[in-house]
Amino acid sequence: MNTRTQVLLWTAQRASAVVLALCVVVHLVTIIYAIRNGITAAEILGRTRGSYAWCGFYAIFVAAVAVHAPIGLRSVLAETFNWRGAGLDLTVLAMGLALALWGFRAVYAVFT
Amino acid sequence: MSTLRVSVWRGQESGGYQEFEVPRLASQTVLDVVTFIQRELDPTLAYRYACRVGMCGSCAMTVNGRARWTCRTHVDNVAQGGQLEIAPLRNLPVVRDLVTDMTSFFDKWTGARGQFQGGATRKDDFARVAPGSPARQLADAGIECIGCGVCYSSCDVVAWNPAYLGPAALNRAWTLVNDVRDTGNRARLAAVAGDAGCHACHTHMSCSERCPKQLAPTASIAGLKRATALAALKGEI
Repeated sequence: MNTRTQVLLWTAQRASAVVLALCVVVHLVTIIYAIRNGITAAEILGRTRGSYAWCGFYAIFVAAVAVHAPIGLRSVLAETFNWRGAGLDLTVLAMGLALALWGFRAVYAVFT
Repeated sequence: MSTLRVSVWRGQESGGYQEFEVPRLASQTVLDVVTFIQRELDPTLAYRYACRVGMCGSCAMTVNGRARWTCRTHVDNVAQGGQLEIAPLRNLPVVRDLVTDMTSFFDKWTGARGQFQGGATRKDDFARVAPGSPARQLADAGIECIGCGVCYSSCDVVAWNPAYLGPAALNRAWTLVNDVRDTGNRARLAAVAGDAGCHACHTHMSCSERCPKQLAPTASIAGLKRATALAALKGEI
């Protein structure tokens, strides 16, 4: 991986951290608000089904997680296990794609 | 006369601590203790020093588990229960006893393009740099580094990532990035970026905490992160 890509990955991780900070706050506030009188699956789905706003919000949340987590894991694995190179990069790329796939699938599931 | 119990590392990477008893004196520094041991108790002890006044950066050692410049470290401030444990700096190969091989440390200064690269000739007038200009103030904030290696020895990222350039080399690069006379910044920013450069820093701030000159390499590294990210986004590195 060339130096420019490494720097852009670092930049993407910082940018996604900013998005995640906002998303986590909105998510936690929503949870606290939503469970005032108990919570049911029907109540959650009633709020999310057909809501383009919640669908968009959680799609952004999932995208930020899928960018942020693999880049951080790449550093953790490199420093902990002295594992570097294409094998590591492909592994964390696969993890990012898996997070995106599962995340978007969940968002789709509560939207439809 | 009271005495200090001093454990001193002997050997190379493998070795062990040897115990000495050293007379306790007023205003005694750790370097005084090591010098006493070598001159009076065991002349085979290897250690390194030169100026004795905090200018040359050659006497740094690990004292009671923490990297320090020994010539300006008073025993009063570090001896715990009348005991001292003195070892070579971490993150550097041990030549013998308290002497480390600083080659990789200074090679990384070269790797970070830590040499001034001027563009003026002898026919040009002197550069006029306002001392109060923002760039010069940023350069001045990091310029007093004496190259002692305390920051490098204290850095966890150096231990985890041997290719990492380290706080001192990156701090030096940042002073040059802010030197308006320097013409080598494009190559310098490329040299200090990425997994082995400033982006490897986790901002633990051990370097800033332990720098005996009270410099803040962490702030310099943060500046390099911003400058290199901007350069990468512009396609300049």
